[in-house]
Amino acid sequence: MQSAGVQLRSLQSARPATRLTFEGIGLFRSSDSNGGRTGMKRVSIKAIRRGVAFPPLFALAACSHQGVLDTAGPIAAGERTILLNSLVIMLAIVIPTIVATLGFAFWYRADRPRGRYLPEWAYSGRVEMVVWSIPILVILFLAGVIWVGSHDLDPAKPLPAAKNVRPLEVQVVSLDWKWLFIYPEQGVASVNQLVIPAGVPVHFSLTSASVMNAFFIHRLGSMIYTMNGMVTQVNLQADKPGTYWGQSAQFSGDGFSDMNFQTLAVAPAEFAGWIAKTKGQGAALDSAAYAGLAQQGTVKRPYSYGAVQPGLFGQIAMQKVAPGPGPQAGRAAHVSPRISAQ
Amino acid sequence: MRLLGKLDWSAIPLDQPIPLIASATAGGLVVAVVIYAWAKGWWPYLWNEWITSVDHKRIGVMYIILAALMLLRGFADAVMMRSQQALALHGAQGYLPPEHYDQVFSAHGTIMIFFGGMPLIIGLMNFAVPLQLGVRDVAFPTWNNVGFWLTATGALLVNLSLGIGEFARTGWLPYPPLSELAYSPGVGVDYYIWALQISGVGTLSTGINLVTTILKMRAPGMSYLRMPVFCWTSLAANLLIVAVFPILTATLAMLGLDRYLGFHFFTNDAGGNPMMFVNLIWAWGHPEVYILVLPCFGIFSEVFSTFSGKPLFGYRSMVMATMFICVVSLFVWLHHFFTMGAGGDVNAAFGIATSIIAVGTGVKIYNWLFTMYGGRIRFEPPVLWALGFMVTFVIGGMTGVLLAVPPADFVLHNSLFLVAHFHNVIIGGVVFGAFAGYEYWFPKAFGFRLHKGWGVAAFWLTLAGFVATFTPLYIVGMEGMTRRLQHVDNPLWDPWIILAGLGTIVIGAGVAAQLIQLVVSIRMRDQLRDVTGDPWNGRTLEWVTPSPPPTFNFPVLHDVHGEEAYWGMKQAAIAQERLYDEPDYKPIEMPRNSPTGFVTAFFAAIIGFALIWHIWWLVALGLVGAYATFVVFAWRDEDEYEIPAEEVARVDRARRAARGPEWLASMGAQP
Repeated sequence: MQSAGVQLRSLQSARPATRLTFEGIGLFRSSDSNGGRTGMKRVSIKAIRRGVAFPPLFALAACSHQGVLDTAGPIAAGERTILLNSLVIMLAIVIPTIVATLGFAFWYRADRPRGRYLPEWAYSGRVEMVVWSIPILVILFLAGVIWVGSHDLDPAKPLPAAKNVRPLEVQVVSLDWKWLFIYPEQGVASVNQLVIPAGVPVHFSLTSASVMNAFFIHRLGSMIYTMNGMVTQVNLQADKPGTYWGQSAQFSGDGFSDMNFQTLAVAPAEFAGWIAKTKGQGAALDSAAYAGLAQQGTVKRPYSYGAVQPGLFGQIAMQKVAPGPGPQAGRAAHVSPRISAQ
Repeated sequence: MRLLGKLDWSAIPLDQPIPLIASATAGGLVVAVVIYAWAKGWWPYLWNEWITSVDHKRIGVMYIILAALMLLRGFADAVMMRSQQALALHGAQGYLPPEHYDQVFSAHGTIMIFFGGMPLIIGLMNFAVPLQLGVRDVAFPTWNNVGFWLTATGALLVNLSLGIGEFARTGWLPYPPLSELAYSPGVGVDYYIWALQISGVGTLSTGINLVTTILKMRAPGMSYLRMPVFCWTSLAANLLIVAVFPILTATLAMLGLDRYLGFHFFTNDAGGNPMMFVNLIWAWGHPEVYILVLPCFGIFSEVFSTFSGKPLFGYRSMVMATMFICVVSLFVWLHHFFTMGAGGDVNAAFGIATSIIAVGTGVKIYNWLFTMYGGRIRFEPPVLWALGFMVTFVIGGMTGVLLAVPPADFVLHNSLFLVAHFHNVIIGGVVFGAFAGYEYWFPKAFGFRLHKGWGVAAFWLTLAGFVATFTPLYIVGMEGMTRRLQHVDNPLWDPWIILAGLGTIVIGAGVAAQLIQLVVSIRMRDQLRDVTGDPWNGRTLEWVTPSPPPTFNFPVLHDVHGEEAYWGMKQAAIAQERLYDEPDYKPIEMPRNSPTGFVTAFFAAIIGFALIWHIWWLVALGLVGAYATFVVFAWRDEDEYEIPAEEVARVDRARRAARGPEWLASMGAQP
């Protein structure tokens, strides 16, 4: 399933445009954006590309087409830009520092020294000035990136939508150890499978049935915690159809490693088709079904509910529904409870 | 009401061979060592000279021995984690089921931070700070011993969980609600809570003790701005201990109240607030990493200066940067949970505060650089560790600042990139720093150097293994791999996970080299002997006294006239071709050794174990015993003894004989 995303990428080399507002730090605009037309900016963008291409670590990561740098939506792309810009800003002083360390150590080694011996040299106002200024200036610059980035990419900030496109509302509940996605406007729900229309902003409201988890689709960006008794929110969008891997990024207990889900981004028409196909089919998600779902255990195959009890998400979030139970009494649960065979 | 509370035979993991064999082996080894020492007749010596010792140097050495044992245990956990992931690819389950794997990574973090890193750093501070200050002991010598044994009690409890019951399965910081009774009904979290509560008392004692020592007990003439930088960084670290360890204690006490008495501080229901635990625990947790790393910055300062044959560049600037980091580190904790959705203003404020710390660190890095500039650098093992630190730490610092940028953290939080980052700073900073300090002060503690060849081998193997292990983790983190996965199912991660697994083997070779170095050095101690007490051409006061230093450290307390107290004295002696005149030796009062610490820790261990297993009568018994110990200690009649002037004179004359004109000439000839 994952290869779908890879194929898609190779077919369409054009990257999604990141129209997020980074004009505040325009010098370091994303290499994804269609910048680079004005002469002055072209240089700096080339420099960024070079900076990005050279460290082998990131070259390797980029080869995989799967990492957080292989973005598939505007939020992830914006975060990638910030990440790489910050990295380049810092590499600009980190690399010379490493070179100077090795150089000084070699140059002044005791067995074959090259430089002059200065046994008393322990203070220089000018050097001190430089020593304090370089980190201060770099951090000042970076502080600007942090301030602008934190506000532009605040998970709660709505995404700009095209005319006549309404953001899709999805309610997410993390359970031990599975993901429940409720589509309140469509009246359907699914477990461990998130279906969203590509090119349409999605607003997620999230809570947890029991312990903390983090909702994360790494090619779409911005993970967010899910917590019982609280609702967090995040706005994401997939630019193109594809299958994106999703997972919990906050350890939540013995079944944590299997707490994964697939995100199917499909064309809006297909999405409508999926809703129509799901609606009214199969079981309904009511209080009783939810109580079963809240039991500890993993889900091997995704499935969906054709109907959802209205207001269920609010009841979970407001703790009108009791939090999911922990391990059920089994062998010596008071000493060391274990998950029974699933 | 059961006599043994929750304890019964089901507590022994009879169905799990790995913890069973491991704990049986460890227990067997301990028993074997005890019997061997008994057969050899060592116990009276160990009891009188070490276990009950209130000598800060011996307590320091005991801390480091404890740390070494715990680092080996933590490393064994690390090997299990990396091998488990390397074997659990494509739907395979590896050899550790989730409930065991979860304990392994929780124990790894807990042990490495609380019982590996902290005792290592506290041991080095305990050993070196009073010597550098030119005083005879710490402010509260007996309390120092109590602190050590309480730390050891915590370590004992954590290791006991291997064979009796289980350890926490929540990660090294037990986030509620997962760590609450509803989701962790076992005894694992209770082991965690009581191990840390007991050792936390020990750590806080050390913090108060060393702060008092540094503030009130310096050699005559040693003003604050004449203290060696290691003392400054130790002061900063201990001020942080005093400031934040009470937060840890209070937070864990609240979690304990939830678990034991049905309170609702952090529960899901009844108005509990799990977020508050996360908030509080990191208010301790972030300063904690500076508690670990600041003393190491001090060690690097000493090492760069000594082995470059130059004073530290920008001493005052270094002091300022240290105190700057000390203060700012208290205001950055929220960067551990940017993904909680606090909003742009809060995230940005804490992101900027975090990156501001890099200013202080950056200044330090440049000052070390300029300390080397114009020097004559001798490539002894401490310098290798220091250079290895400089190169790796700037990368770790950079990835740290990267994670402090909230939008970058939104995609890297809780990934293996984060894991690689903090190992990069903790191994590259704390472990390399502690090893540099170990190589540097070992001849002072035991009177002979460590074998250089094996030290060099240990350095290169550890560095290579470190790079081979954590570079792949940076990469899989970028590829979206989350930490703490018991099995993984993404073919793209496979090669990197296997490579990281192989890297741990190389680190293991480094660990082996270091152990061999110790054994070889002890066997070759006569060749490696240093009779002068100043093997590195040192600059601070610990090198003025013989190695190993006498109980009273200094036959006479020295007047300090400049920033590098001993260097000034030595240069004067070289210029005059003779040492200063023999002083008038006087008898010295020293504190008596006391079993108080060991007995207190014995009762603390009983209390902790009984609380974990709900054996209430045993808790009461332990408390009575602990109180009785306190009463006996408080009503002691004699707590000091006198070392006669002849003994003081004998020690000092031997030292002066070793530092004859020949030695002075050789010191003068050195760059």
